[in-house]
Amino acid sequence: MNVMRNSAAAAATAILQRDLLLAYRRPGEWLQPLAFFAIVTVLFPLALDPEAARLRQLAPAALWVSLLLASLLALDFLYREDARDGTLEQYVLSGQPFTALLLAKTATHWLLTGLPLALFGPLAAISLGAPPQAAPGIFVALLLGSVTLSLLGSIGAGLTLGVRRGGALLSLLVLPLAMPVLVFGARATALAIAGDDASGALYLLAAMGVLSLTLAPLAAAAAVRISLE
Amino acid sequence: MNWVWFHRFGSPPYFYRFAGRWAPWFLGIAVLLLLVGLYGGLVAAPVDYFQSDAYRIIYVHVPSAYLSLMTYTWMAIAAAVGLIWRIKIAHAVAASCAPAGATFTAVSLITGMIWGQPTWGTYWAWDPRIVSQLFVLFFFLGYIGLRGAIEDRDRADRASAVLAIVGVVNVPIVHFSVDWWNSLHQAPTLLRSDGPSMPMSMAWPLLVMIAAYTFYFLAIMLMRARAEVMRRERGGAWLREVLAREAT
Amino acid sequence: MLEVSNLHLWRGDRHLLRGVNFTLFSGQVLQLLWPNGTGKTTLLRAIAGFLHAEEGELRWQGRRIDADRDAFHWDVAYLGHETALKGDLTAFENLRYACAMRSPVTAERLRVTLVDVGLAHSDPAQPVRSFSAGQQRRVALARLSLWNAKLWLLDEPAANLDSAGQQLLASLLLAHVRRGGMAILATHHAIALPDADCRQWQLPQEVV
Repeated sequence: MNVMRNSAAAAATAILQRDLLLAYRRPGEWLQPLAFFAIVTVLFPLALDPEAARLRQLAPAALWVSLLLASLLALDFLYREDARDGTLEQYVLSGQPFTALLLAKTATHWLLTGLPLALFGPLAAISLGAPPQAAPGIFVALLLGSVTLSLLGSIGAGLTLGVRRGGALLSLLVLPLAMPVLVFGARATALAIAGDDASGALYLLAAMGVLSLTLAPLAAAAAVRISLE
Repeated sequence: MNWVWFHRFGSPPYFYRFAGRWAPWFLGIAVLLLLVGLYGGLVAAPVDYFQSDAYRIIYVHVPSAYLSLMTYTWMAIAAAVGLIWRIKIAHAVAASCAPAGATFTAVSLITGMIWGQPTWGTYWAWDPRIVSQLFVLFFFLGYIGLRGAIEDRDRADRASAVLAIVGVVNVPIVHFSVDWWNSLHQAPTLLRSDGPSMPMSMAWPLLVMIAAYTFYFLAIMLMRARAEVMRRERGGAWLREVLAREAT
Repeated sequence: MLEVSNLHLWRGDRHLLRGVNFTLFSGQVLQLLWPNGTGKTTLLRAIAGFLHAEEGELRWQGRRIDADRDAFHWDVAYLGHETALKGDLTAFENLRYACAMRSPVTAERLRVTLVDVGLAHSDPAQPVRSFSAGQQRRVALARLSLWNAKLWLLDEPAANLDSAGQQLLASLLLAHVRRGGMAILATHHAIALPDADCRQWQLPQEVV
């Protein structure tokens, strides 16, 4: 029974493709967090007042708090379905590195929430009074920040897999971890809106992204494995 | 290196006896030190020139803040030992650290607020140390919440251990980011990190109080861990034997 | 060869398995017919490596399985209570992605296998969600036969299968052991496997 074995990259790509196909067939699931993001960013000015200068000051906070919450909301789909139907067990038994397979799941989460939100975010910022030339800076900040949020979120989602109603607990675990992203991201956005150089904050965001890319998948894999025990 | 002691601590009967023997001693030492420290802090130490008597809250505030981080570190080390070597006692110790640590953190925040009112004129300032401490409290609460939410005990042990380790990596990042955030907003530096050095008459009670808190922590941690071992080993023959012997 | 020696397992405070010993050779099938709640599933999950064996040893081809888990898992196929199928994908897509995690399989072979497990008549564009429970299990069996694993661990494989489905399961098992494979089944009703080296284990205390 000597059979050719697919590489870990091929296996991870297959999972990514399958999850994107599933998302295509069930668009409601991943569109919900995007709609949620839009609603929350609209609620911020309504809760304050429509004066332009005040709104512009508020824009980074509105943008990043909404991103954090939308990303959190979408985490529920990350592993839960696979855990319910037994697919997670098959990942473990595939003989492929588990961390790589789970990283493919996290990549799907980012492609379906982080990336669209990063694309949509500058638009929301402009509607809150940011000048159009701030858009590229805001986009890069959201892009970098959302990668870290997806990775940190994968740890929380793994840890709460064995918990029946884990929604509130998931926020309690992930939001403190995500706080530095909020700080650096909101600062980079504020600098971009003011027309200043945001590179310092962006570098810090990128550093957080690299750090979480190296450590978070290990923690997430350990957490998911424990949930199968 | 001799690893015998390490494995001995991993054996529930040994740990149970060890904790039972030492916890009362630690508690006694803590009470004694507490009395000395409180006398030194509240009576013997001189009145501060700037803050008059208000500064005396540091004799509660500083030890709590110190113990809160110390407890977190110990919790994470115990959790890592439990996770890597699969030593159940280590998980029991980690689980026993969390409530104590959360309490220390809450006390340090509350006493900080009480102190803040007369000295800074506000209960809550967005000072980096305060915000970091608040996040340490969130980490403790998350740990306790996760442990409570998972029904299977072994799984709860291991999942919360992963969380504790993640938290240890994250605490310095949180602290750094809050520092960075604060320096940008240029809030007035409320706490002098390089302020005038404390006179000896004020400093020694503080050191005694820190020692008292440490012994208090050790005592309650051992007591809780001992109770935890009892709960976990309730089917064990050795425990029945020990309890029968204690009853006579 | 799978060797299980002196395996003890706990679920919470319950000491479920107290020293399980057996050896399974190439071409052998072991059927666990233990009563409910005596640890059939737990034993299978421990062999699969989901559970940590605090006491006892598991060896695969002479090596401890925790020495090289990925190599062991490559040789194992597990079918649990859940079929690990995605309801929004068709049977063909489910098999394609499941195989992509292991080894390349041609589309032709996937189609042939679906016919083999008796799903030739179903509409190829039909999502698995609309399949009956028995049909879903047949898709899972098709996946099992595509994986070329040496050791099959099957938890209640006959659940939801009609009599034709049970015959299909038996014939898949026979073909598997003829190729030198081995299987451990946890099942309520023994599956008849004439002319196969098949042992039945009625109670966990008993030695086989």
